[in-house]
Amino acid sequence: MKRVRLLLCAIIALFVCAFSASAEDKPVLKWGGDSEGNVPYMFMEPDSENKHMIGFEIDIVNALAERMGMTPQFVHNGWDNLIPGLNLGLYDIALSGLEITPEHQEEVDFSLPYYKTFLQLVVQKGNPAKINSLEDCVGKRVGTLKQSYAFFQLVEAGVDEIRTYDNEINAYQDMAHDRLDAVLMDSPIAIFYAGFNTDLEFVGKPIGEILYGIPVRKGNSELLDKLNKALVSIRDDGTLRGIYDRWNMWTPVMADFFHDETPAKFGPDRFNAWAEYQRKGLTWKQRFDRYVSFLPTFGKASIVTLKVSVCAMALAIALGLILAVTRLFAPKFLSRIATGYIEVVRGTPVLIQLFFIFYGLPNIGLKLTPFWAGVIGLGINYAAYEAENYRAGLMAVPRAQMEGALALGMTKREALRYVVIPQAVRVSLPPVTNDFISLLKDSSLVSMITLIDLTKAYGQLANTYYDYFGIGIMVAIIYFLIGLPFVRLARYTERRLAVAIQGNRGSKHGRDTTLRPASYHN
Amino acid sequence: MRRKLNKAAVPLIQVKDLRKSYEDGAPVLKGVSINIEEGDLVSIIGPSGCGKSTFLRCLNCLEYIDSGTITIAGVTVSRSVEDEEQDRDFDKKFLEACHKMRQEVGMVFQSFNLFPHKTVLENIMLAPMVVKHVKEDVARKTGIELLAKVGLADFADKYPATMSGGQTQRAAIARALAMNPKVMLYDEPTSALDPELVGEVLQVMKNLDQEGMTQVIVTHQMKFARDASDYIVFMHGGEIVEKEDGDVLFTQPKDERTKNFLRHLNGVIA
Repeated sequence: MKRVRLLLCAIIALFVCAFSASAEDKPVLKWGGDSEGNVPYMFMEPDSENKHMIGFEIDIVNALAERMGMTPQFVHNGWDNLIPGLNLGLYDIALSGLEITPEHQEEVDFSLPYYKTFLQLVVQKGNPAKINSLEDCVGKRVGTLKQSYAFFQLVEAGVDEIRTYDNEINAYQDMAHDRLDAVLMDSPIAIFYAGFNTDLEFVGKPIGEILYGIPVRKGNSELLDKLNKALVSIRDDGTLRGIYDRWNMWTPVMADFFHDETPAKFGPDRFNAWAEYQRKGLTWKQRFDRYVSFLPTFGKASIVTLKVSVCAMALAIALGLILAVTRLFAPKFLSRIATGYIEVVRGTPVLIQLFFIFYGLPNIGLKLTPFWAGVIGLGINYAAYEAENYRAGLMAVPRAQMEGALALGMTKREALRYVVIPQAVRVSLPPVTNDFISLLKDSSLVSMITLIDLTKAYGQLANTYYDYFGIGIMVAIIYFLIGLPFVRLARYTERRLAVAIQGNRGSKHGRDTTLRPASYHN
Repeated sequence: MRRKLNKAAVPLIQVKDLRKSYEDGAPVLKGVSINIEEGDLVSIIGPSGCGKSTFLRCLNCLEYIDSGTITIAGVTVSRSVEDEEQDRDFDKKFLEACHKMRQEVGMVFQSFNLFPHKTVLENIMLAPMVVKHVKEDVARKTGIELLAKVGLADFADKYPATMSGGQTQRAAIARALAMNPKVMLYDEPTSALDPELVGEVLQVMKNLDQEGMTQVIVTHQMKFARDASDYIVFMHGGEIVEKEDGDVLFTQPKDERTKNFLRHLNGVIA
């Protein structure tokens, strides 16, 4: 027990350190974005040592914050959840290619648009499907990002076979693999992702009209005014134009939109760096060095994954035990509640529970940090499974054991604590280990509530480097290695408990104790 | 070794009109009354299903009685319809009495019920430490003495799974004795044993008898019952039919049911 307590203290201390923020002089501008927002919006700089995020939106935020006299502070959130997260107060503004649409405007107020663009159709080289417009797409397989403006345009055009993707690389790659006839996405995405792929080509005229804006919470007019002033200021003094020039995002549409027909003052150095990077072939040595350079990033992410998993599992084990004992031994009324809890929690998806806790509970005044929301969400979910594991363990202990303990004058509670539960633990250990490994992997769901864990880090790096295969194997190995010590520990404990139960006579004769027919302990 | 029936002292065990039915309503005990004196060794025999095991388990409250009164060493467990109707806290008081009763009564089971995750010595030490808050070193000392008493001095650190049935059952007796019970109950203590191991367990019980322990044994060991018991109780159909000295019961049974039972046994006992 003492060791467990010590471990818990250590874990708690770790959190306290991790969460103590550093002091800043200037007021902080908390901004939300999708760190998998991708090139050119926001992505991990490919060739830098320290793996920091770059992108035209980061340049814009920095320029805006400077004008507003504030220090920008980035908060990651999935693109789908940027607006709910904003309304939850995780951050005060958001930048991630968020389109100003009527649907979005119902939820939030938008700043003046900072970029105007259009949709671009991309097809396979030679245009085998003969697609030149949105109308041509009807009856063809078309890919796009889910919940994007492009998606709704395709729906409106009556395209029935729309394949939606979480990220742009997969969509273009699928087309290269002949699984799609066309891909429709925002023009900057097409330029940066499809433009370098010699198997693809751009077709058709610009489609539709997209305005990117910066959302703030409804009614936050003070911030909105400040934001708009800063935006106008960087537009009028050419700062914004400079950013677009450097990212090669200044288009005739933009020239028209900003009424700025002047020639470019900056070269597209940011774009060229990316283009250069895309052209580069890699030797095995370079590839290996690159993977090694990912290690600090993955190390940090692994700690998030581990912290969430271990805390959630601790919660699940404790709560699960209470639930199992309540279900089996408590008065009927309480037992029913425990049963109900188990059935409901087990019967609903953990992702929805996470969203509910993180985005739903604040409505009734219960606001949790992403970390604790993740721990509690996963913890109470897995508690339902653990409860059933323990119940199986408790039921596997013969009734006679309980009777033996009662006959010795123990109370039911004492009998449970000293006789039944210690034996049940042994039975429950394998499935509990199983669940922990499962939890370790399910912890990737916390990336949906703004935490950057292993899976999220994988997404960021894979998107940047166009490399789902190699980095994927790397992350899989990391997950495996993280889980391994726990599996070993469980096996070790299991063996020790097994020796206690079946005795140690085998080992005395130099015979393998576990080699017995009909033994559970092999 | 055998003492006379009808001693003068207040009986250690008094059972009055004990009734018990299964959950489906089938009666198991139909009004059992008996007094057992301190120091007696009593065997209960009878055909299977006659309620002898249930009776024994009622004495230790491992089955809750439906009605009647049990008094053992001054602790009374009693239940009646009126009690339950009049006393709102009846359930609580009843369970408390049961818990108290179990502390006065040691029980040995057919299936031993040793705790497999603990060594023999730990098995013996556990209840005194948990229930009576005996210090560990004291419990250990008592435990080692008790193991010596049942002839298992060398087995303290063994796990139950590594021992023979006879050894296990002797350890179970030592474990029950560790709580200093006034009465020892045995529910078919030798039925799960190989024939050659039965003797060692019975010998332990005989030794305890000589020390003056009050013991009630449900058994199929007719020879033991006849030789070692102060008297034998024959049960049939949830009732006590005869309570008689062993030799008398086996040679001159009064009741027809007893005769029938013994006739079936004929050939089994010498």
